[in-house]
Order: sequence, then structure tokens, then C-alpha cells
Amino acid sequence: MNDQVSNIKRRNRTDKTAYVLIIVFAILAMVPLFLILGEVIIKGLPNFNLRLFTEVTPSSMDAMLAKANGESIPGGILNGITGTLLIVGLAIILTIPIGLFIGIYLADHQSSKFAKTVSFLTDLMQGIPSIVVGIIAYAWIVKPFGGYSALAGSVALTIMMLPMVVRSTEETLKMLPVSLKEAGLALGSSYTNVVFKVLIPSGFGGIFTGILLAISRVMGETAPLMLTALGASIVNWNIMEPTSAIPLLIWDFYNDPNLVELVWSSSLLLLIVIFILNWLAKLIARKWKI
Amino acid sequence: MKDKIFKGLLFFSAIFILILTAGIIYALVARSLESFQEYGIWGFVNNSEWDPRSATEEYGALSFVVGTLYTSFFALLICIPFSFAVALFTGEYFKGRKVASVVSSIVDLLAGIPSIVFGLWGFYSIRPLAIELGVNAQGFGIFTSSVVLAVMIIPYASSLSSEYLRMVPKNLKEGAYSLGATRLEVITNVSLPMASSGIVSSFILALGRALGETMAVTMLIGNTNNIPSGLRDTGNTMASVIANQFGEADGLKLSSLIAIGLLLFIITAIINLIAKLIMNKLTNV
Repeated sequence: MNDQVSNIKRRNRTDKTAYVLIIVFAILAMVPLFLILGEVIIKGLPNFNLRLFTEVTPSSMDAMLAKANGESIPGGILNGITGTLLIVGLAIILTIPIGLFIGIYLADHQSSKFAKTVSFLTDLMQGIPSIVVGIIAYAWIVKPFGGYSALAGSVALTIMMLPMVVRSTEETLKMLPVSLKEAGLALGSSYTNVVFKVLIPSGFGGIFTGILLAISRVMGETAPLMLTALGASIVNWNIMEPTSAIPLLIWDFYNDPNLVELVWSSSLLLLIVIFILNWLAKLIARKWKI
Repeated sequence: MKDKIFKGLLFFSAIFILILTAGIIYALVARSLESFQEYGIWGFVNNSEWDPRSATEEYGALSFVVGTLYTSFFALLICIPFSFAVALFTGEYFKGRKVASVVSSIVDLLAGIPSIVFGLWGFYSIRPLAIELGVNAQGFGIFTSSVVLAVMIIPYASSLSSEYLRMVPKNLKEGAYSLGATRLEVITNVSLPMASSGIVSSFILALGRALGETMAVTMLIGNTNNIPSGLRDTGNTMASVIANQFGEADGLKLSSLIAIGLLLFIITAIINLIAKLIMNKLTNV
């Protein structure tokens, strides 16, 4: 009898210990996020000013002189902001139509062998490391066109975004009740109309959320852009010219002792944009439910 | 008529993926050829010499393959207790409660932080810690990169694992409870065995992430072209050597770097495929 009681006590004790351990480790897993956010905010805020948005990156020399005179760094990351807009914007334009179409196709042909192959290849693409994506865009665009360019950067980001958009579109459309599509067709609507007037509007929340998340994922990509867009110290809107981007500038600043202070304010801006996109995605997902 | 055109458009979009994949493989293989022809595939993979000086030029991938496996597996090892705890916290102990969704959102936010910002954090916060711990004099190396990599892959491993834990049928767990099992016993005897393949595959996917991570590792690993002798040593991963040396490379060196990219592509594809196979097996049951 005593033996049984002590046995139960032991089991309860082990159970309690596991409970506490799991809570402790789960809390520890969240600590890095706060450490990173804390560091970026504390170190980034002092240089987070209007100048960041209105001026281009100063030369290393100017920054050194300003620092020697005790002034703040004379410049911002306007070239990176416009570059990110150009590169990511073009990538969005390239991704959305194809991504939507493939997603619609896959949702409609779930069991065919061809669709399964396409689905498998989409997964394969999703797993390509970002640096390898950079090499691919380098081989496709930089080499044949004879130079680094925003277009090459956009193609790299497109390779990364496309599988995400395909997947989210497919998953969303699969969740819609089949009766929705059948009702549309039964009313004599053409397939095209059913897709554009029924399916896409019904699944808009999920599709749009997927697109936003894909954008926020590629926004901070550095490695593929190093091999494709390269960077530029001026504002450039020509897609065939080398172009900078915020993450590329962070990399440049990190490697330049005279500009290194700008690392944190640029990172802060990048994190703000990414978190807003994430938050919007969550908001839309909750509002539309599907 | 309109429908035919639209359906054709959808079909061709799907074909586009085939073309893209073919183009990807072609681009990588065609530009690796020079290096493979010079050294042979196995000769390239199994050579740890990486010497760009023009007089003694020689390229092999082994140091970087070892560096990649070293950092990724060590990162996976570190991430396991944390991801596991988060998965159990959100998928079992506090399943469906507000606090679970708060914890999972916070951990998910980690996945949104760009690699380069992780690199900065590692450089300015973890590296000094590594120096303090006496890992090595500069704080760069396998150890520091693995720690940061581990943090980066926690969200990937935990969110998927949690999903699989949540799918464990309630009546199975209730059955065990009614027999007098404690919560921990239910977890170890019912939930984990039920969700095991899902959990294993989510950790394999996290490993795949770690293998390809570039910027953070590039900033922390120390960038030396030799086989790392241990956790305290510096080294290079396949991704970091490409990021570091691609810019100024041409000729045989460029081809060798692209060949490393091809190897990395194949390794991550195999890892992801294994994870997918395990997962598909799970859903078919």
C-alpha cells in the first residue's frame, strides 16, 4: 500500500517537473526575439530620422570626415528604399499572375499525374537555398545581359515567392466548398467567370494573405541580391542597372567601419516594414476567415 | 471559346513550373561543368583543398560540405529542446488557449526576422558571449554560427510539430487519462508516438533550412577554407563560401563556386524530399 502511494507521488513529481521544464524552455525560446528587437530598437532609434528616408548613402570618406568633426553621418538609405521598392515591386508583378494561375490549376486537378508533378516541383523550388537562387538568376540574367541589374534581383525574388504564392492559392481554393463552383457553373456561368467572379473573390483573404507573407519573406533577403542586383550608391529606377536594396545596404554598412552606425537604423526600418506586412496578413486572414 | 483560352492559360502556367525547374537545373549544371571536367565530380567533392592563388590554383568542396553539416547538425541539436518545448506548450499543455496563440505568434515572429539581422545580433551579442565563454579568441566559428542558426530554425521546427501534436485524436488521450495516466505519461505514451513521424519530419525540414542559411552564417563563421577541427574552430559553409567569394570570382573559381551551389541544391532537395516522404506516409494512414 505504502509502496503504491510513493509510486503515485513519484509519478506526479515527474509530471510536475516535466511541466515546469517545458514552460521554462518555451519561455527561453522566446527570449532571443526580445533581445534582437531590443538591440535593433535601442541602437537604431538615435539614427532613425527623416534623413534616413530622404538622402542617399554617403561615401565612406564623407562619413569619416563628419565623424571626425563630431557630426552625425551625412546621409540615409533612400537608394536602398527605392531599390527595394523597385526590385520587390517587379518581383510581385512577375509572381502574382503566374502564381495565381498555377495555384488555380493545382486546386482544380488534384489527382492528375501532371498536377502531382507540378506540385512536387513547386515543393522542390520552395526548398532551394536563397544563395543558390542568386546563382540561378546570375546565370539567367546577369551573364546573358552582361551586367548586374534590378531585373536579375527581381527574378531571384520571383523564384522564391512563386512557390509560396502557388501553395497559398491552392490551399485556399481547396478549402472553398465545391458547391460554390458547381452553383456558378449550374447557373450557366462560364468557367472563366466562375474563377474570377466566384472563386478568387471568395478566397481573396487567403490568397492575399499568402501574397503578403511571401513579400515579407523576400523583403529581407540579402544573399540572392548580392549576386544579382549588386547595389548602387544612387537612386536608380532603371531595371537594367545595378540597384541597391535595404538589406544590401545593411551588408555594406556592416563591412564599412565609417558607416557601421547606420546598420541599426536600416535594420529597424526593415523590421518595421516586415512586421507590418506580417500583421496585415494576420489581420486579413482573421477578417476573411478563409 | 473564352474558357478554352483560359484553361489553356492555366495549363501553360503549370507547364511553366516544369520549364523553370529545367532552367534551374540546366543553369547550375552547365556552369558547374568546367569544374567537374577539371577535377571529376567525386574528385571535386572529396577534395578539401581550396586554393585560389593562380600559381597553385585548386578547388575542392569537402571543407565546406563538412562545415555545412557540422553547423547544421549542431544547430539542430541545440534547437531540439526549445522547439520541442514550444510545440508541447502550444500543441498540448495550453492547446487552444490564448497563451498558446500568443507564444506561437511570438515564436513565429522569429521566422520573419531577416537572416542579415540575425547576423548582426550574432556579431554584436553572441560573439562577445562566445569570447567570454572561451570558445576562441575572436568569437567567430562553428559554435557561434550554430547557436544563431538554432535560434533561426526554432520557429520552423516548433510550429509544424505543434500542428501534428494537435492532430492527435482526443479520445485516445482521454482513454489514457481515464486509466490513471499522468499528463507526461499521456504525452510520452500516446501523443508523441502518434505524432512522431510528423515531428521528425518537421525537424528534418528545419535541418534543410539550416543547411541553406547564408547571411548570418557568413557573418559569424570566420570564413576559413579548411575542414573545421571542432566546434571551437572557424570554417565556411557551402552557402557562406559562395556569398563571400562569388563577387570577385571568374573562370575555374566561379565554376567551382557554382558547383558548390549545385551540391547544396541537391543536398537540401534530398533532405526536403525525405521530410515530405515521411509526412505523406503519415497522411495516408
